[in-house]
Amino acid sequence: MTDAKYFTTTKKGEIFELKSELNSDKKEKKREAVKKVIASMTVGKDVSALFPDVVNCMQTDNLELKKLVYLYLMNYAKSQPDMAIMAVNTFVKDCEDPNPLIRALAVRTMGCIRVDKITEYLCEPLRKCLKDEDPYVRKTAAVCVAKLYDINAQLVEDQGFLEQLKELLSDSNPMVVANAVAALSEINESSPSGVPLVEMNAPTINKLLTALNECTEWGQVFILDSLSNYNPKDEREAQSICERITPRLAHANAAVVLSAVKVLMKYMEMISDTEFVSVLTRKLAPPLVTLLSSEPEVQYVALRNINLIVQKRPDILKHEMKVFFVKYNDPIYVKLEKLDIMIRLASQANIAQVLSELKEYATEVDVDFVRKAVRAIGRCAIKVEQSAERCVATLLDLIQTKVNYVVQEAIVVIKDIFRKYPNKYESIISTLCENLDTLDEPEARASMIWIIGEYAERIDNADELLESFLEGFADENSQVQLQLLTAIVKLFLKRPADTQELVQQVLSLATQDSDNPDLRDRGYIYWRLLSTDPAAAKEVVLAEKPLISEETDLLEPTLLDELICHIASLASVYHKPPSAFVEGRSGLRKILPASTRLDMKKMEGSGDAQPAVIPSQDSLIIGDLLSMDINPPQVMQQSAPAASYSGPDLLGGGLDALLDVGAPSAPSAPLGPPSIPSNPATGGLLGDIFGLSSSPSTYTSPKTLWLPAVKGKGLEISGTFSRRNGQIYMDMTFTNKAMQPMSGFAIQFNKNSFGLIPGQPLQVPTPLTPNQPCDVSLPMNTTGPVQKMEPLNNLQVAVKNNVDVLYFACLIPMNVLFAEDGQMDKRVFLQTWKDIPTQNEVQYSINNVSANSDAVVQKMQQNNVFTIAKRNVEGQDMLYQSLKLTNNVWVLAEVKIPPSSNNCTVSLSIKSIAVDVAGGVYAAYEGILRS
Amino acid sequence: MSSAAIFILDVKGKVLISRNYRGDIDMGVIEKFMPLLMDKEEEGNVTPILQTGEATFAYIKHNNLYIVSITKMNANIALVFAFLHKLVQVMVEYFKELEEESIRDNFVIIYELMDELLDFGYPQTTDSKILQEFITQEGHKLEIAPRPPMAVTNAVSWRSEGIKYRKNEVFLDVIESVNLLANANGHILRSEIVGAIKMRVYLSGMPELRLGLNDKVLFESTGRGKSKSVELEDVKFHQCVRLSRFEVDRTISFIPPDGEFELMSYRLNTHVKPLIWIESVIERHAHSRVEYMVKAKSQFKRRSTANNVEIVIPVPGDADSPKFKTGIGSVKYAPEQSAIIWTIKSFPGGKEYLMRAHFGLPSVEGEDSEGRPPIQVKFEIPYFTTSGIQVRYLKIIEKSGYQALPWVRYITQNGDYQLRTN
Repeated sequence: MTDAKYFTTTKKGEIFELKSELNSDKKEKKREAVKKVIASMTVGKDVSALFPDVVNCMQTDNLELKKLVYLYLMNYAKSQPDMAIMAVNTFVKDCEDPNPLIRALAVRTMGCIRVDKITEYLCEPLRKCLKDEDPYVRKTAAVCVAKLYDINAQLVEDQGFLEQLKELLSDSNPMVVANAVAALSEINESSPSGVPLVEMNAPTINKLLTALNECTEWGQVFILDSLSNYNPKDEREAQSICERITPRLAHANAAVVLSAVKVLMKYMEMISDTEFVSVLTRKLAPPLVTLLSSEPEVQYVALRNINLIVQKRPDILKHEMKVFFVKYNDPIYVKLEKLDIMIRLASQANIAQVLSELKEYATEVDVDFVRKAVRAIGRCAIKVEQSAERCVATLLDLIQTKVNYVVQEAIVVIKDIFRKYPNKYESIISTLCENLDTLDEPEARASMIWIIGEYAERIDNADELLESFLEGFADENSQVQLQLLTAIVKLFLKRPADTQELVQQVLSLATQDSDNPDLRDRGYIYWRLLSTDPAAAKEVVLAEKPLISEETDLLEPTLLDELICHIASLASVYHKPPSAFVEGRSGLRKILPASTRLDMKKMEGSGDAQPAVIPSQDSLIIGDLLSMDINPPQVMQQSAPAASYSGPDLLGGGLDALLDVGAPSAPSAPLGPPSIPSNPATGGLLGDIFGLSSSPSTYTSPKTLWLPAVKGKGLEISGTFSRRNGQIYMDMTFTNKAMQPMSGFAIQFNKNSFGLIPGQPLQVPTPLTPNQPCDVSLPMNTTGPVQKMEPLNNLQVAVKNNVDVLYFACLIPMNVLFAEDGQMDKRVFLQTWKDIPTQNEVQYSINNVSANSDAVVQKMQQNNVFTIAKRNVEGQDMLYQSLKLTNNVWVLAEVKIPPSSNNCTVSLSIKSIAVDVAGGVYAAYEGILRS
Repeated sequence: MSSAAIFILDVKGKVLISRNYRGDIDMGVIEKFMPLLMDKEEEGNVTPILQTGEATFAYIKHNNLYIVSITKMNANIALVFAFLHKLVQVMVEYFKELEEESIRDNFVIIYELMDELLDFGYPQTTDSKILQEFITQEGHKLEIAPRPPMAVTNAVSWRSEGIKYRKNEVFLDVIESVNLLANANGHILRSEIVGAIKMRVYLSGMPELRLGLNDKVLFESTGRGKSKSVELEDVKFHQCVRLSRFEVDRTISFIPPDGEFELMSYRLNTHVKPLIWIESVIERHAHSRVEYMVKAKSQFKRRSTANNVEIVIPVPGDADSPKFKTGIGSVKYAPEQSAIIWTIKSFPGGKEYLMRAHFGLPSVEGEDSEGRPPIQVKFEIPYFTTSGIQVRYLKIIEKSGYQALPWVRYITQNGDYQLRTN
C-alpha cells in the first residue's frame, strides 16, 4: 500500500469533506485525513482554510501524525498568525515530553514558525532545551538560536542566548559543538555592525579542533568554515592549527576537503617558515586533483576554486597540467573551466603538450568551446615567447579550415600577437587578407582593420581594402567605425600621395554624418592635427604602443585575496565578493591576514614592472586613442592597479603628446595646462591634474623625528603627512648617517585604522650617500586592509634597505584624512546632530588662539572642514562645521569663539557616531587653528 | 549559510515535493528555474549554478528529476552539492529508486526525512542506516514512539550499538578503475588508476578494525623499503577512519558502519602499458563510404583474462548498411549511439584481434558538423590489480572476542578509457 492514494480526491466539496474527517472521533480516520491535507498541500492546493481543524489534531501520541501537523503549521502559520497561537501550548508541552525525539521536534518546528507572537513563547522552552540532558535536543536547540536570531536579533541578545550558545562550544558532544559553531558563525555574519558578536579565542579554537575529529562530515565543514574566520594571534598558532587540519584533506567528502583548503590557504599567508609552507603546498596538490574525479557539479565548484588558487599560489599545481586536459564527455561547463586553468598553467616546460591539446579542441563541435580554445592559443603565444612561432603556425592551420567562427577568433588573437612581437610575423598578413569577406563579427572586423592600418605600408592594396569597409560605414558597429577612422588616418600618414581622398571621406563621415560623440571627437582631433601639423600627427598616431601584458583576466589582487577567504562558497564560483550578490547584509569584508614577513621582493618587482605595461584586450584599455578600440571600456574595480596604470597612460602617451605638440585649438579645457609632468606610476594622478586649482595651503605639521639613526642602523628618517590636491602624502627626509652608501629602499605599512597603503613604491634616489639628506614624498591610498590601532591614528611602518628591515611607528595627523567632499547638507546636518546621542559628544577647549570667526571659517575650509551654519549667541560666534574622514566617517563640530579675538579660548564640541576619532580631530583643529 | 529551500522537480519543472527551511524566500521563485535553465541551455552556457535577481539555484539531475537548492546568501556551495548528492543517495537507499512515482508513494516519509536531513539549511544526520532506526516506513505501526538512536549524536555516528550476527564475516573488494586518455597518434596523454576498497561488514557489536596495505610510505617509515609496495598519490577515507591517526603513522583504523560501504579510495598515476590498446585506421571516402580497421591488443600477463570486453567505436550518424568482419567476438551496430560495439566475452593476456567494418555514406552531406568522439573500451580483469596494491591484513578486535574471517577479492576494470581517433 502506498501513499499515492492520498492524492486522488473526490472533486466536490473536498475541503468540507476533509473538515469532517479531521474532526472524526476515529483516530485512524483523522490520520488519513491529515495525510490527504498534506498531499493537497504538496501538489500546491491551498488548504489553509482547514487550519483550526488540523491544529486540533496536534495533540496526539502518534509521532507520524504529529510530524505532519507540524509540517502543516510551518507552511501556513504565517498566513494565519492569530490562529497559530492556538498551537503554542502544545509546543511548550512537547518541549517537555519525556521522549527526546519529540522535544527536539517541537523546538525545531517552533523556530521555523516566523510569527512574532509565537517567538515570545519560544524563549523559555528554548532555554531549557539548550540545557537538555539529551545531545540530540541540544544540537537542535543550538540551531534554533540562529533561527530566532533571524526573526528577532534583539530578543536573542537580551535573553542571553548568545552566551548559552557560546557555552555549547565546550559541550561534551561533538555534534552539539558543530551545530553551535554553525549557528554562531551565521549570527556573526549577519551582525548589522559587521563586528562579530562572539569572538573566538584560542581555548575555544582548541575545543573546535578536538571536536573536528569526532563529528559528522557536515559538522566538520561547519567547524572548518568557522576556523577560516578566525585570525590566529601569531605564526606559531597558525602553524599548529594547520597541522591539525591537514588530515582533513584525506576525507572522502569534497566539501570537507575544500573547506580545509580554505583554512590552509588563509593561514599560509601568516607563515614565514618557507620549509613549512612548501610541505603544505605539496600536500595541497593531490586532493585538489582528486576533486576532479568527483561528480561534475562538484568538479565545477572545484575548478572555479582552483582558478583562484592557481592565481594566488601558482606553485601548487604547476606540475599537474595533464589532469586539466578535457575529456570528450565532460560537461561543457567543466570543459571551459579546464581550458582557463590550462592557460594559467602553461609554461615553457609544457607548452608543446598544451598546444597540441588546444589544436585538438579547436576542431570540436561546440562553438563556444572552440572559440575559447582558439583564443587560448593566442594567449599561449603571448605568455610563452618561445612558443609564439608554433602558435602562429597553428592559428594559420586553423584559418585554412575556413570554419567561419574559427577564422574570426584567430584573427582577433593574431592582432594581439602582432602587438606583442612586432616585425616578426607580418608575413602572414596576406593569408589573413584572403579571409576578409568572411568576417562578420565586429571584433574580428575591427582587429583586421587594425592590422591593415598598422601595416599599411606592406600591404599593396591597403587603400582598396579599407575603402571596401568604408562603403557600409554607417552600418558598422561603433568599435569598427573608430578603428576604421584610425586605420585610414594611419594609412594616409604612411602613404599620403594617393589616399587623400579616402582620408577626407572618412573624416567627413566621422564628423558630419555620425551622432556618436566618441567618433566625432576623434574625427575632429585627427582633422585638426592633420591640418595644423602633419609631423606631429605622425608622432601621435604612429607612436610606439604600450606593451601587452602576459597574463590576462587576472583578478585584481585585493579581490583575489578576499575570494581566497571565501573558497568553497558561492563567491568563489562567481568570482565576485559576497556583497555583489547577497542582499542587505553588510557583514565584514574578509581579508587575508597580512604576511608576517615583508614581501620586499614582490614590492620591488611590481615597482619595476609598472611603467607602460597595460593589460591586453581582455581587461581594459583606456589609453587607447592610438589604435586599440577592440573592446569597449568596461568599468573596473576602483582599486584595480591595472586601471590606475592605464589611466595615466592615456595622458602620458596620447593627449599630453597631443597638447605638447601645440594644437592651440584643441579642446583642452578640462585637462588643465599641458605641461603637467606625466607620472605613470601614481594611482592618484588624475586627481592631481584635475585638482590643481584647489587650495594649495592645507595645514601640514612640521616634520618630526620618526626613526633615529641609532635604531635605524645608520638611517635617520623624519617626516610628516600632508594632503595636497586630495592626495595624502607621507613626506619624509632620509638621512644616511652611516659610512656606507645605502640602496634598495622599499616601504610597507602594517594594517591600520584607515586602510592606508603606499600608492606607489618608495622612490629614494640611490645610492643614498652618507650625510646627504634626501626628501621623499610618498603618495598613499586608503584602500588597504583595515585594523583598528591604538591610538587610532597610529601607523606602523617598515622600511627596507640593503642593510636591514627597520620598523617604526608614527602618528597620522587627522587633518590629512579630511576628505574634500565633507560638506554636509544643512538639513542633514541638523538631523545628524540630533541623531547622534549625547554620550558621543566630546568637549575640548583650545587656549590662546588668535582668530576671529571669519578667519577660522577660512582656515578650516582650506583643510576640508566646512562651515554649515553660523550663529551669534550672546556675543559669541558659534560655528557649525562638518567634515568627512576618508573612511566615510562623518564628524560634526560646534566651535564657540568669544568676541575678543586675541589670545582667546575657543571651545570645541565634537560629535560623531564613531566617537573614537574625537581626540584626533581635536588635535587637528588645534594644529590648524594655531598655524 | 546553506540551502534556504530544497525542491524536487519533474523533468518539466513541476514541483513534486519541496521543503522551505529558512522561511526567508518566496517559494514561488522556483517557477523561474526551468525557463532560466532552458535559456542557458539555448545559449550554450549552462552551469550547475544559476542566478536570478534574488536567489541562486544549485541543482543536480537524477533519473529525469531535478533536485534544486535555493539560497539567498553566500552559501558554502561545495557543501550544497555534496548534500544534494547525499540526499539522492539516502532516498535511493530508502526507496530503491528515486523517481516521480516513488516520491508520490512515499511523500509522508520524504517529508520526515527532509526534516531530519537538514535543519535551517544545515545538514544533520544523513546516514540512511541510522535514519532507518527512527524513521521507518511503518511508522504508524509503532505503539512505542521511537527515540533518537545514540548514533545520531555519538562520536560514532555511523554505527548503532547492539548489532548481532551469528556468523561474523567481512568482505573486501579492491576495485581499480583505469582512466586513460590517448591521442590519435597513439600517444598517451593521461593514465591514472582510481582505486576503491569497498567493504561488506557483517560483524556483531562495536568492532575495531585495522587494515594493512603495502603502502610505500608506511613501508619506508618502518624500514621495509625493499618489499614490493605501492605509492598512493592521494587517499580519501570514509568518515569512519581516524584521519589524524593515518596522518601520524599511516595506520588505517576504524569502527565500520554495518553492511556495505566504501572504506577508501586512492589515486595514482601509472606509467604501465595500457591494459587494452586499440589501434584504428579509418578511411573516409566522403559521399560514398567509410571503412574501419580496428586492432585490439591485450597488454597484461598471459595468465590473466579480461572479461566482457566492449569496444565502442563511433561512426557518423548518417552511416548506413553496416558490414563487419572479425575473427573473434561479435559486432553490432548501435545506431542510437552512432557507434559499433565489438564485444569479446573473454580476452586473454598477450593476444591481438582484428575487426573490419564498412559503412555506406549518403551522397548528400548533413548540415551539422559532427564531433569526433573517442573510442571507448570497457573491460573487467578479475584477480588482478594494476597498481599491485595488496591487503596484507585486516585485524578485527571486538570485546566479546569472536573470530571473524576477512575475504578479499581484487578486480581491475575500465574507468574513463578514451582513445581519440583521426
